[in-house]
Amino acid sequence: MATLGVAMSFTNKAAEGKLTLVFDHYVGNQLLQFDSVNYKNGAGQSYIVTKFKYYIGNIRLKRKNAKDISFEDYYLINEEEEESKKIMLEQIPHGEYTGIEFIIGVDSLHNCSGAQSGALDPVNAMFWAWNSGYIFLKLEGKSSASKSPGNIFEYHIGGYKQPANCIRTIKLDFSKPLSAEKMKELHIKVDIAQMLKAKTIVDFSKLSSVTDFHNATTIADNYAEMFSIASVE
Amino acid sequence: MRTKVIAIWSIFFISVVFFGLTGVNTYFDISQQDVELKIPKGFPKPVYKFKNNKLSPDVFVLGRRLFYDPLLSKDSTTSCASCHQRIAAFAHIDHPLSHGINGLIGKRNVPALQNLIWNDAFMWDGGVNHLEVQPLSPITNPIEMNESIAHIIVKLKQDPSYVADFRKAFGDTAISSERILKSLAQFTGLMISANSRYDKYMSGDDTFSVSEKRGLELFREKCASCHEEPLFTDNTYRNNGINPDTSLKDKGRGAITGAAFDNYKFKVPSLRNVEMTYPYMHDGRFRNLQQVMDHYGRPEKYAANAAKEMYEIGKLSDQDKKDIIAFLRTLSDKSFIYDRRFVDPSVRQL
Repeated sequence: MATLGVAMSFTNKAAEGKLTLVFDHYVGNQLLQFDSVNYKNGAGQSYIVTKFKYYIGNIRLKRKNAKDISFEDYYLINEEEEESKKIMLEQIPHGEYTGIEFIIGVDSLHNCSGAQSGALDPVNAMFWAWNSGYIFLKLEGKSSASKSPGNIFEYHIGGYKQPANCIRTIKLDFSKPLSAEKMKELHIKVDIAQMLKAKTIVDFSKLSSVTDFHNATTIADNYAEMFSIASVE
Repeated sequence: MRTKVIAIWSIFFISVVFFGLTGVNTYFDISQQDVELKIPKGFPKPVYKFKNNKLSPDVFVLGRRLFYDPLLSKDSTTSCASCHQRIAAFAHIDHPLSHGINGLIGKRNVPALQNLIWNDAFMWDGGVNHLEVQPLSPITNPIEMNESIAHIIVKLKQDPSYVADFRKAFGDTAISSERILKSLAQFTGLMISANSRYDKYMSGDDTFSVSEKRGLELFREKCASCHEEPLFTDNTYRNNGINPDTSLKDKGRGAITGAAFDNYKFKVPSLRNVEMTYPYMHDGRFRNLQQVMDHYGRPEKYAANAAKEMYEIGKLSDQDKKDIIAFLRTLSDKSFIYDRRFVDPSVRQL
């Protein structure tokens, strides 16, 4: 199912651009492959990945000399569903754009809004029922270094309240300004290797399971660093 | 003239016989008036205002059906009503700890369901932040109903009568978590208890005995700083001085906030209908109100870290306890317990 975002406000209806965001999942310089490929983490431990999904929301396009353009919807990006990794942004008004901002996670308003549908439907198994709130990201896999049953590791990261607020704002600048009329595709590299080492090296033998607020911000500070622009056209 | 009178009488009798036989079932039928939100006099503004969930008889009826349907549990044995019994103000009468599927025992006492739209959070630890998402907690808890919302949707879609009920309630046959949760919120959100003898006494429509009057005075002096009128809770979490049952490993509010100072704090429950909701405390350790009074009236036995408000109670004499209990019984609301809107419609088959 392709996901679509429509700009919340625009000034010049005549000049509308479209931009497709593509989230490319990597481990280091290799494209992510579930189950079959062994990767090495920052502690030198070998691992495989079995699950990777996360929420993206509050997307904003930065416009030169004008107000940012914002998009309201939330998107659940899931490695297992190819189409979920593409977000179409439409009705982008005339102008020169210099970068993009979004959050990884779900903002506090949408964490407290009761029953919701679409990406935020609890049927997606990204909602904690016992301590209400969305799971912003799930990364699961196996490593012989993990002491958890089945040598698994699982990082279910969420939390919209202090002191365990795991919402992170990602700001990425384009290498050169893009005009609304000409923009087409923006590839964002999402690097799991960074999520396991950017700020704190995650040692599977010491931290193989994060499923509530304990240690959640450690992982969140890492995932804040896992996004970069791969290409833009 | 005479024929006209006969004609009118005939129409009257035919109507009586006709409607009598076709059974306009007024007992279980829910009218628009039945789902009108009436805020009791003196109550504050509710937290949940049915925003984006417009009250309607058909949605309410669907919520009622779901509430009473064991299909919501993994093995289709346990409904919401299995533990939330109407006769006990939707608590689980005479059960200290909650029961789940396969004979599993939970770690907390089943709370009463009433005046939920004034709650800013749910469960003994306040972990649930919205009335609509509250059912997800017992539904998915492995020691309660142990079911997934996705599988409930699969089961509901297989039942043509449910498909019809969803169409009636929402205009089309789509069955989604949002619709399930919103219909349950209409059913539970309208459970409003505000017609007890206490309420009538407050409005001047009833009188209290000497003991009840003294009980109310004592209550206001010693209990009301947490059990605030008219809801009889201030929606906070407090340590009420009972020693933690170590076998239950239950940190209460602390497990939600992660703050050590919240450990062993639990939600201040409303005392409305308290007579029916025995046993008491978050772990159901006290069989009756006498035991509750015995605990509160012995400050020297309070556990460490009891809330400071607890020490405002002081020692309670036997007469004090008797009078407070007499007052607490005036909070029973029989018109709520026997409100036909909340009765299990499947008793129709009896």
